[in-house]
Amino acid sequence: MAEANMKINIAGIEWKNPVTVASGTFGSGMEFSQFFDLSKLGAITTKGVAITPWEGNPTPRMAETRGGMLNAIGLQNPGLDTFIERDVDFLKAYDTVKIVNVCGHSEEEYVEAVERLATVDDVDMLEINISCPNVKEGGIAFGTQPEAARKITEAVKKVAKQPVIMKLSPNVTSIADMARACEAGGADALSLINTITGMKIDVNRRTFAIANKTGGMSGPAVKPVAVRMVYEVAHATSLPIIGMGGIASAYDALEFIMAGATAVSVGTANFNDPFTTLKVIDGIRQFMEEKGIKDLAEIRGCVG
Amino acid sequence: MAYRETATVISKDKIAGDVYDIWFETEKIAQEAVPGQFVLVYSKDKARLLPRPISVCLTEGNKLRLVFRAVGEGTKEFSEFETGDKVEIQGPVGHGYDLSNKKKALIFGGGIGIPPMLNLAKELDCEKQIVLGYRDELFLNEEFEKYGQVYIATEDGSCGTKGNVLNAVDELGLDADVLYACGPMPMLRAIKNYAIAHDKEAYISLEEKMACGMGACLSCVCKSKEVDGHSKVKNKRVCTEGPVFDAREVEI
Ligand SMILES: Cc1cc2nc3c(=O)[nH]c(=O)nc-3n(C[C@H](O)[C@H](O)[C@H](O)COP(=O)(O)OP(=O)(O)OC[C@H]3O[C@@H](n4cnc5c(N)ncnc54)[C@H](O)[C@@H]3O)c2cc1C
Ligand SMILES: Cc1cc2nc3c(=O)[nH]c(=O)nc-3n(C[C@H](O)[C@H](O)[C@H](O)COP(=O)(O)O)c2cc1C
Ligand code: FES
Repeated sequence: MAEANMKINIAGIEWKNPVTVASGTFGSGMEFSQFFDLSKLGAITTKGVAITPWEGNPTPRMAETRGGMLNAIGLQNPGLDTFIERDVDFLKAYDTVKIVNVCGHSEEEYVEAVERLATVDDVDMLEINISCPNVKEGGIAFGTQPEAARKITEAVKKVAKQPVIMKLSPNVTSIADMARACEAGGADALSLINTITGMKIDVNRRTFAIANKTGGMSGPAVKPVAVRMVYEVAHATSLPIIGMGGIASAYDALEFIMAGATAVSVGTANFNDPFTTLKVIDGIRQFMEEKGIKDLAEIRGCVG
Repeated sequence: MAYRETATVISKDKIAGDVYDIWFETEKIAQEAVPGQFVLVYSKDKARLLPRPISVCLTEGNKLRLVFRAVGEGTKEFSEFETGDKVEIQGPVGHGYDLSNKKKALIFGGGIGIPPMLNLAKELDCEKQIVLGYRDELFLNEEFEKYGQVYIATEDGSCGTKGNVLNAVDELGLDADVLYACGPMPMLRAIKNYAIAHDKEAYISLEEKMACGMGACLSCVCKSKEVDGHSKVKNKRVCTEGPVFDAREVEI
């Protein structure tokens, strides 16, 4: 049987396996650490954090949909000071790559957060969530206009010490254009997809199921859209890709890898079973061993 | 500490209109659960990804009792469980009631908020009066009689006081030092206001839509009076800091 090499390398950072968690579905790992050893993960991606605490949206903040869910948490977070003192400190004990997901209301806020994180050891990579509302531009997300995405990537890259992963929103006309814009701005890697904007109406209450009216859709139901987008981005840029959107099993993860992703994230599926990530890691290893695959590079983007 | 387990259904009874009473055999969950905590019950239909939070109604060794109303797809599925069925559950979850109180207590349960109060009534070691509010059909009321004096209020007046639990308090002149309550939001609001007006301690159990049920996703927050130590904003997680809160610390 072939010895499966699950190691991957993204922008010079080696991961022991290609599996991380999707930002916002895993906190900073504290709650999940009661179920398993976080060092088993290829990387941990934390919930989005901004320079100051954010209150987030009113409740209800989420609604279940068939095979998925909508959420409008509104990026509630305790702010970078607490995050660095408490969450980064907590993660120190674990032998895994630490990815900090960053959000902001303006270019200045992103830059300030990234500057601050540049001084923090124990943070290995940054993931920049550009689906946040851009207050200066009237609430339109940075993540929907290629030019805005290129600018913010450049600004962040100028001050970043860690490799920068730009996280793409699927709510665009051309995901390939967004990917190329981030590449032009100097991104080290891309992650996708963030949630797809949706709506649910509570017929009995005759109103929106979530207080924010719209929410981001995630979970198994979005997977085909996500795989298609990863495939398009893999063909549009040469950057490494962290693929996500509905991954709940090793076979789901393998679809993303065959579409061109170097790594994958498990998000909403963590809510159904906190052990999903471990099952995905074991399942990928088993698939590799059974099929005689020595390195994931052999199947990455293999669909052509 | 929460556990993920495959529990076995030991028995199922229908105890009122849409209200079901199920006993499960668990490994550790029942032993560790305290009054006010809840468990997460997962659907077999994986198109329903998210767990349903259901309060612990009673425990006996490794046996766990849940009493719930079938209101939607998930709880309808649970109402069809048969003896011997294997069910994924996780828990115990949340911050329950403080059982150290020895002062005179008034325990309020309203509607499907009644089941968790049975465990509290059983475990709380003090003088207790119990006020249960129903729309019309009664359930579990006889079991409460083992643990204290039981008073009933029904909306239609078919049993006890006509009206809600606070109408019963007024009508019967009930009084205590500490109030405990679980039930619909209007009832909890009324009890909070009553506690403030009469300068009583009050502990209430809140509900909110949940996704992770373990403190990681921030779906389930309620508004708090002060900045919360974990979130650093005026939000508390119902699944973690709650579901039981000091009525004065939350904005409802
Ligand atoms: C801490 C806590 C303890 C609870 N204890 C009990 C109990 O002991 N007995 C009981 O009958 N019910 C209890 N509930 C309410 C119970 O969780 C809901 O009735 C149940 O989730 C409905 O699921 P459904 O699929 O049947 O309904 P649907 O309306 O189809 O559910 C759709 C989604 O909304 C969520 N949801 C719907 N109603 C509620 C609600 N009231 N609170 C939270 N989420 C909801 C569901 O979990 C699901 O994600 C409790 C709720 C909480 C938060
Ligand atoms: C409750 C919840 C909170 C999320 N919070 C964030 C966040 O803070 N930052 C971010 O970049 N993405 C966030 N996301 C998006 C996920 O990271 C992921 O991109 C998306 O859910 C698709 O993956 P999935 O289907 O596996 O969940 C959140 C998703 C959910 C469900
Ligand atoms: S349900 Fe996720 S934090 Fe409470």
